Amino acid sequence: MAITLTEPAADRVKTFLANRGKGVGLRLGVKTMGCSGMAYVLEFVDDVNPEDEVFEDAGVKVIVDPKSLVYLDGTELDYTKEGLNEGFKFNNPKEKAACGCGESFTV
Amino acid sequence: MALIQIAEPGESTTAHQHKLAVGIGLGTTNSLVATVRSGVVNTLPNTDGQHLLASVVHYGENHIHVGSDALQYSVSDPLNTIVSVKRFMGRGIDEMATEGAHYSYEFINTDSAVPRIKTRAGNLSAIEISAQILKALKVRAVDTLGDEISGAVITVPAYFDDAQRQATKDAARLAGINVLRLLNEPTAAAVAYGLDTGKEGVIAVFDLGGGTFDVSILRLNKGVFEVLATGGDSSLGGDDFDYEIAKWIVSQAANSNADSPAIKRYLMQQARNAKEALAEQAAVEIKIDIEEFQWTGTLDRDTLKTLLTPLVKKTLLSCRRALRDAEVDKKDINEVVMVGGSTRTLLVREMVSDFFERELLTSIDPDKVVATGAALQADVLVGNKPDDEMLLLDVIPLSLGIETMGGLVEKVIHRNTAIPIAKAQDFTTYKDGQTAMAVHVLQGERELVSDSRSLARFELRGFPAQVAGAARIRVTFQVDADGLLIVSACEENSGVEASIDVKPSYGLSDTEIERMLRESMDHAEDDMHSRSLREQQVDADRVIEALDSALAADGEQLLSAQEKTEIMQARQGLLDVKTDSDKEKIERAIKQLETTCDTYVARRMNSNIKTAMQGHSIEEYATDKQSAAEET
Repeated sequence: MAITLTEPAADRVKTFLANRGKGVGLRLGVKTMGCSGMAYVLEFVDDVNPEDEVFEDAGVKVIVDPKSLVYLDGTELDYTKEGLNEGFKFNNPKEKAACGCGESFTV
Repeated sequence: MALIQIAEPGESTTAHQHKLAVGIGLGTTNSLVATVRSGVVNTLPNTDGQHLLASVVHYGENHIHVGSDALQYSVSDPLNTIVSVKRFMGRGIDEMATEGAHYSYEFINTDSAVPRIKTRAGNLSAIEISAQILKALKVRAVDTLGDEISGAVITVPAYFDDAQRQATKDAARLAGINVLRLLNEPTAAAVAYGLDTGKEGVIAVFDLGGGTFDVSILRLNKGVFEVLATGGDSSLGGDDFDYEIAKWIVSQAANSNADSPAIKRYLMQQARNAKEALAEQAAVEIKIDIEEFQWTGTLDRDTLKTLLTPLVKKTLLSCRRALRDAEVDKKDINEVVMVGGSTRTLLVREMVSDFFERELLTSIDPDKVVATGAALQADVLVGNKPDDEMLLLDVIPLSLGIETMGGLVEKVIHRNTAIPIAKAQDFTTYKDGQTAMAVHVLQGERELVSDSRSLARFELRGFPAQVAGAARIRVTFQVDADGLLIVSACEENSGVEASIDVKPSYGLSDTEIERMLRESMDHAEDDMHSRSLREQQVDADRVIEALDSALAADGEQLLSAQEKTEIMQARQGLLDVKTDSDKEKIERAIKQLETTCDTYVARRMNSNIKTAMQGHSIEEYATDKQSAAEET
């Protein structure tokens, strides 16, 4: 069971955390919502819950709740630029289909 | 796969529900768009990595260019290249012509009160041209964020009046942007520096942009920004610096070929380059080479100082005035925030720092600071930060009121009142049987309508006829957070209503606002006299009006011929003096008429009671009275 970050993603997260001035790491998760079943969650973490799984990769603490981990195991978090737009991308091997707009997905 | 940004703990938005909001700094010379992503606020660059979009629109044969693409036509095609359009927003034709004296555009008056600028693409209003700039920023934001933006906060100078604010909103609507709110530029700057979360106190914001100068005195109190006072000059900025330098070049070169639009524009550009270079180096060589104008010379910092000192001094005068308006001492200022590209000029920093006797806040790029604050505010307003409510208060620059009988102004909202605000005042009718009332909305500090500025007129019609003074007409003035005014009137006995959105046909310049304020001080005593004189005159009219309607009703029955002649004489006596400028005389004549009428009034009273009691016995009244007493 593991979640990994690419080099650019890790750099970005570190910068964002430093700018924010607080927070222990990054939360990855899923929510059941959106037009195709699930949506990804990406949040700063101030408090780690006891049931959370904590991974460390490329110097960043990644926090995932056990329910989400089932859907996210093996995911690589990347940071990319598409034209003018830039942001984080979930490369999730379990993802079967995404809705047209790409905001939600099914496993 | 959509790209995702990091959210604050517990604030991940639902898919398709996350809201993208931007802040737009719509400047005279340059504009910017900024947004908050992953908790960080950034201005958004174009594909070439440029953050600033020159506020220039070029109307070409086939294309409309915006930004630096447009700027390159400013020399070759000046009449179709509109720069500094913000100066013309919400202005009338006369103001536009004065404002545009430095430029070469052809202004066209129209029936619709919105003057237009003649271009290849037709005769365009400032709103339409400004909308092109906003559209370019919107496209950049949508491309960058990968989705439609749900709203924007657009900044305006604190001194923008209703017309100019409305024009800015109209431009945004034309560009397809949903305006969350307009935000005063200095307030946005203070937010960008995070002063809203800092310690409480007084903050001065010195904003010297390309075309406008604003100084604002803000007070942060319990997390709320209150604008204590604003001042400035909407026609002073870096453009004027450039103009001074260009004038200097022309005088040095002693060349008389500087009148064509292309040469003028070229000289302004060269002047600007020289000014910017002098922020880094002590002297700069200027090379002019266009058509019949060739010249080479050197401009050093000392010469620049001589050229610009009078302009910078003007800004300091405004600072002093704003401090006085805010009733704060220089010592009480906690921070001085520097905003606008022209604050890079070293002379400005030196003189402002000397004036306030302290270090200035200059760490955020002065071009970006306003858009940054606007983006932070937009993020809050769109609901991405529900817990962190930021409430910003502004003030209205001039009092608002309505016209009352005799051409007097009754102020409903006084100047420097914090907005948003709603205030109501009750008025009544002046004549018996009156069923309509004209509401004339006015702006200014003077007592007489003729000395104030008319904003709007509307009529409240169709309320039931009643005796003079019986109708209860409640007039409500409502100024929203953007400073836009809605006036409504309601006759309370019948519920008849009418209202108007005040969109004045064109705006006031700062100098006019200043003039209006100054005049109200200078004429304070005159105004007091004219007010009390008008009041006497109105009173005289009212007395005659009442007498005439009484005479028509029962004059014949109740008065002997002798008595009637006496009354008519006294009436004539009042008529003769009622337009006199001696208020005492009118007062005496009114007294005289009232005394003459005493017997008549007494008889009328008796006759009325008699009529009312006819056919009833005294006992009935006694029982009525008793039952009334029991009820209470």
